[in-house]
Amino acid sequence: MFRARLVYLVSRLGQMLIVLWAIATILFLIFRLMPGSPLTAYIDPTFTEEQAQAVREQFGLDDPMIVQYGIYMKNLVTGNLGMSFFQKEPVWDVLMDVFPNTVILTGFALLLAYIWGVLMGALLAWKRGSLFESGGLLVTLMTRAAPEFFVGMLLLSFFSFNQGWFPSAGISKPGVIFDSIWQQLASGDFWRHMILPSLTMAIYLQGLPTLLMRNNMLEVLDEDYVNMARMKGFSEWRIMMAHAARNALLPIVTAMTLGVGYAVGGNVVVETVFSWPGIGRMLVRAVSSHDYPLAQGAFLLIAVVIVVMNFVADIFYSFLDPRVSTSRQEVG
Amino acid sequence: MAQTVATTAGARRASRFGWIGSAISPIVQVFKQDRFARAGFIIYGVMIIIAVLAPLLAPHDPTKVMEVNGIWQTNKQPGGDYILGTTNVGRDIFSQLIYGARPALYVGFSAAIVTVIIGTLVGLISGYYGGWIDLILMRLTDVAFGIPFTPFVIVLVAFLSPSIWNIVLAMALLFWRDTARVIRAQVLTVRQRSFVQAAKLSGASDKRAIFLYVAPNILALSFLYGTLAIGWAILTEASVSFLGFGDPKVTSWGYMLQDAYVSQALGRGAYYWFVPPGICIMLAVMAGFFISRGFEEMLFPRLRRR
Repeated sequence: MFRARLVYLVSRLGQMLIVLWAIATILFLIFRLMPGSPLTAYIDPTFTEEQAQAVREQFGLDDPMIVQYGIYMKNLVTGNLGMSFFQKEPVWDVLMDVFPNTVILTGFALLLAYIWGVLMGALLAWKRGSLFESGGLLVTLMTRAAPEFFVGMLLLSFFSFNQGWFPSAGISKPGVIFDSIWQQLASGDFWRHMILPSLTMAIYLQGLPTLLMRNNMLEVLDEDYVNMARMKGFSEWRIMMAHAARNALLPIVTAMTLGVGYAVGGNVVVETVFSWPGIGRMLVRAVSSHDYPLAQGAFLLIAVVIVVMNFVADIFYSFLDPRVSTSRQEVG
Repeated sequence: MAQTVATTAGARRASRFGWIGSAISPIVQVFKQDRFARAGFIIYGVMIIIAVLAPLLAPHDPTKVMEVNGIWQTNKQPGGDYILGTTNVGRDIFSQLIYGARPALYVGFSAAIVTVIIGTLVGLISGYYGGWIDLILMRLTDVAFGIPFTPFVIVLVAFLSPSIWNIVLAMALLFWRDTARVIRAQVLTVRQRSFVQAAKLSGASDKRAIFLYVAPNILALSFLYGTLAIGWAILTEASVSFLGFGDPKVTSWGYMLQDAYVSQALGRGAYYWFVPPGICIMLAVMAGFFISRGFEEMLFPRLRRR
């Protein structure tokens, strides 16, 4: 049993590395082979000869494509993402400046979304067949259909511009720079800035756990052990909480692990609406200002988060449901 | 997300009306059966009518700056000649809204069609043949799942020049992944069923077995993912436009929202500008969800309210 799991773990780990390599290669192709070759386009006539040379050397632009690919891969493996064109700093440092902001925002939004989703989903299942359930389902579908930036704009216009309760942009008052991540987390001002963006994300993210929880609960409520509990005369509340909810929760945990990755990939929009200095906004700005090393680095970092979370979700799932590790060989 | 799919629909061969018939029958069934799905079909019907008749319905040219006696009609409140007011440079918001139905439909349907075709083919081939074909296709799917969606679309569209079709292309390159996984899982079970085995024993070629015996049984599932894709595609186009990578020649609802956002409509409380396009996007996306819910209830009757 343990051995089988270990084999699964190692092979899944290998798969993850292959996927990462494939994504890095696709990114290389996108950034080098696109019409107008962004990198050579970047070297414009106003550059001094040394500047142009520095850029060519950084990417090995004078070498054949295959050598460039070799340099690119070697740099990635050694964690060298190059220099940002405009910030004149190593890409890695620029990314690490903003990455914690994204992690905090996404983490907090996911927490809100999943707590709400689990409770709401259980409630919808409990009140199944009622008007409350139909209304709840409709509202949940609406939140899934609303573009995040639209929700953000509504919240901004009302709570920020109209009522003035919350700031409209950034992570701190103008001029305030946090010395450390701990100082940032301890600052009330930071949390005031975080409420609207995290609420916007959470409103979108809660749809999935709500619907999943409801469906799982409805499935579980049909199982024998729930009928058994009912026959024993336990109250409906106790059946819901102690018997049904516990078993309905497992798939939610897996969904959340997957959700972390996709939330990080999806918050480009929310970060842009609220001018939140995170990885998503950095990517958008890098792409529109043609800062290719930075755009490439931000993209890769987001992809790594997604791939790693997919991996974690699979491992999680295989431990929760032992059938997976063996059947996966043929199914998955 | 790969769900476990229990085939509940009876074994279905391509109907005697051929492929067209077997494609239409699940749609008709869902329309008859599900109230939500019917609402979804009606929303799309209305959208199509608005898109086709846009030049007749829109009171003004959506791209033109409104002018009265040489004075630009900027930031007009709703009412009078301008049902929903004008933008900060004097464009008629209501006309923009009407014309916005066009790109939404283009993007939604073309992305959905491409998604369904690629996803279904990959799923069918992967699930039916198994072995190394399956291995390669599924690893490819894993790669597609590892690529961050919105960032990928932004990067590709920015490099290829922002146009509606490049946005659709970028989405299509990734959207098929969900469909492929789910279809494959379904094919794995259908493949084992006796009518497929019987067809193969009686000498049907692989191609015949796939398209005549396996495919009709997974078609409803393809539709489920296709209708979901309509919604996601409209949402994605809106996000991409909002981030400033939209087609500059097209007035889409996403573009309207971006225009309002960067022109400080929020600070001025110009709700009449940014609320209507947002609601239109929501309706269009919800219609897709409603129809997919109909397919879902047909495929997985256990979900039905009890």
